[in-house]
Amino acid sequence: MTVILGQTFTGISIGAVLLLIALGLSLTFGQMNVINMAHGEFIMAGAYTTYVLQKSIAGAGISLLVALPVAFLVSGALGALLEWLLIRRLYLRPLDTLLVTWGVSLMLQQLARDVFGAPNVQTRAPDILTGNITLIGGDDPLTVANSRLFILGLAVAAVVVLSLTLRLTPLGRRIRAVVQNRDLAEVSGISTSTVDRTAFFIGSGLAGVAGVALTLVGPIGPTMGTNVIIDAFLVIVVGGIGQLKGTVIVAFVLGVLQSVLEYSTTVSVAKVLVLVGIVAFLQWRPQGLYTLRTRSLV
Amino acid sequence: MNLLKGPSARTAAGFAGSAVLLFALAPLLLSDFRLGLLAKYLCIAMVAVGVCLAWGRGGLLTLGQGVFFGLGGYAMAMHLKIADAGPGNLPDFMQLYGTATELPWWWQPFANPLFALAATVLLPMAVAALLGSFIFRRRVKGAYFAILSQALAAAFAIWLIGQQATTGGTNGLTDIQGFFGYDLDDPVNQRMVYFIIAAALLLLIALARQLIHSRYGELLVAVRDSEERVRFLGYDPANVKLVAYVVAAGMAGLAGALFVPAVGIISPALIGIVPSIEFVIGAAVGGRASLVGAVLGAVAVAWAKTALSEEFPGAWTYFQGLLFIVALAFLPGGLASLAGIVRRRRAAAEKKAAVIPVGEAA
Repeated sequence: MTVILGQTFTGISIGAVLLLIALGLSLTFGQMNVINMAHGEFIMAGAYTTYVLQKSIAGAGISLLVALPVAFLVSGALGALLEWLLIRRLYLRPLDTLLVTWGVSLMLQQLARDVFGAPNVQTRAPDILTGNITLIGGDDPLTVANSRLFILGLAVAAVVVLSLTLRLTPLGRRIRAVVQNRDLAEVSGISTSTVDRTAFFIGSGLAGVAGVALTLVGPIGPTMGTNVIIDAFLVIVVGGIGQLKGTVIVAFVLGVLQSVLEYSTTVSVAKVLVLVGIVAFLQWRPQGLYTLRTRSLV
Repeated sequence: MNLLKGPSARTAAGFAGSAVLLFALAPLLLSDFRLGLLAKYLCIAMVAVGVCLAWGRGGLLTLGQGVFFGLGGYAMAMHLKIADAGPGNLPDFMQLYGTATELPWWWQPFANPLFALAATVLLPMAVAALLGSFIFRRRVKGAYFAILSQALAAAFAIWLIGQQATTGGTNGLTDIQGFFGYDLDDPVNQRMVYFIIAAALLLLIALARQLIHSRYGELLVAVRDSEERVRFLGYDPANVKLVAYVVAAGMAGLAGALFVPAVGIISPALIGIVPSIEFVIGAAVGGRASLVGAVLGAVAVAWAKTALSEEFPGAWTYFQGLLFIVALAFLPGGLASLAGIVRRRRAAAEKKAAVIPVGEAA
């Protein structure tokens, strides 16, 4: 029984990481229909920010707390810059954004290699996050790493803040207006280009926060973005366009599915099975779990 | 010349010119080593022919061509490994791990050369048909198709790495000695492999050209530009897309199969996410919608990669990234469209020059 519970909890913590990574994407891809392959490198930027801060600030706990907002700003600024330089020319050609941003991601990876070196680096987790919490005691205990719980909390907090921002603030209203009807938003006096850039800033900034979280569970390296980005894209594809709800549910479902399948088969077979499951799921709901209903034909 | 119908004189001249270049000039002018490299580039160009068809013409951005390239490559390599080992023996890497006492069941059919040869093309086509029919029928398209195809490439590479004992894992299938009874170490036989590859490439280009200039080709472009209108006309866009995807997969499979004797290895690193995107970059730089552009672009980019990454590995990555950005953001038609742009500019300028005197006369 605890084995199943343990696998489920591992799955939930995989899901929390996936969710953090996919959250920013759900803004830039789900809402703005831009496939930003450099999103993975923005995650990497967040992770390296944590690394640099820990080198310069003594105390792992304080540096982690400082890293969260700083990584948000660093990655967000990178995202806004990318939007201004390239993506705004490509809003009508979404497929091309995929390849153009892949070019950007290649260059950022190489930049990381040149600045920080090709080998992976590591940060030290604060003492409070290194231990385990025992959820079920006894002969067959179920323990959970504190860092995993912290990531889960971070993911939940990020979802709440983002969804409140989208729902309640004037900025969120403007973003939703642009997503639903760009032309009408423009004639209503909303500067769509400013909204685009702001949304990109927030989405990319969330990638930076995900990068901070990833430093707690793995090494930091130039290719760390590539390794996680595809799973995150799959979450959005399955979750449905522009729907935070879908992203949240699917991230956890895929995380648990991956973890349970890994337990009963192997890591590599689990990856294949998850993909088969996704294609099968799309037969049932081609538009994803949740979707913004419109009357457009496409 | 039925094969080359269309604006035929120029096309025929183009084909004759390419044939002379590939079959006479290149073997004369290049060293054995350079010719081997060219063979490798031509394999990548074969994949680009399919990319031109599926993406340039059909708008299907497939980022998983590595899967089909790999299926073809592994099918060929498995047969060659079995043949190298000789009857009754296990391929060397299986003996090394010592876990297998006999060939795994799914290796056994590949002992038959005809089966293996057919599989190099039919296996990728079957996988593409299965996946494509699932995806296109439910109208999953655009970015979603691209992401799914990319996820497929990632999953396939990870799966291959995971099956260490039967697929060679990260190393892949290496050290292939013979090619249907011919010793691959012999430069004469290497040259033959080059000629086979060059002939296959010309054949694929002719096939793709024929498809593009047929009624089907027009339908494919129509589906790319407005799927709904094609549907309203009574066609099923899913079938149209499926054909392009399956043909492109078969081309990539053949390319992978011929890549194995040319290079002597197939491994997950050659077919994962990164190589899958690299198959697209050449076509994008040369011009995705133009066959000639895609092929020349693929060869040029592959050549640039070898030339630059030998000397400055870091610089190549920056250059590759820049190529993508410049080609796609600022020159979406690729280099092939450059001639047209220059011609139009010049025509416009001449028109202006011609108009002004008339205006003065009036």
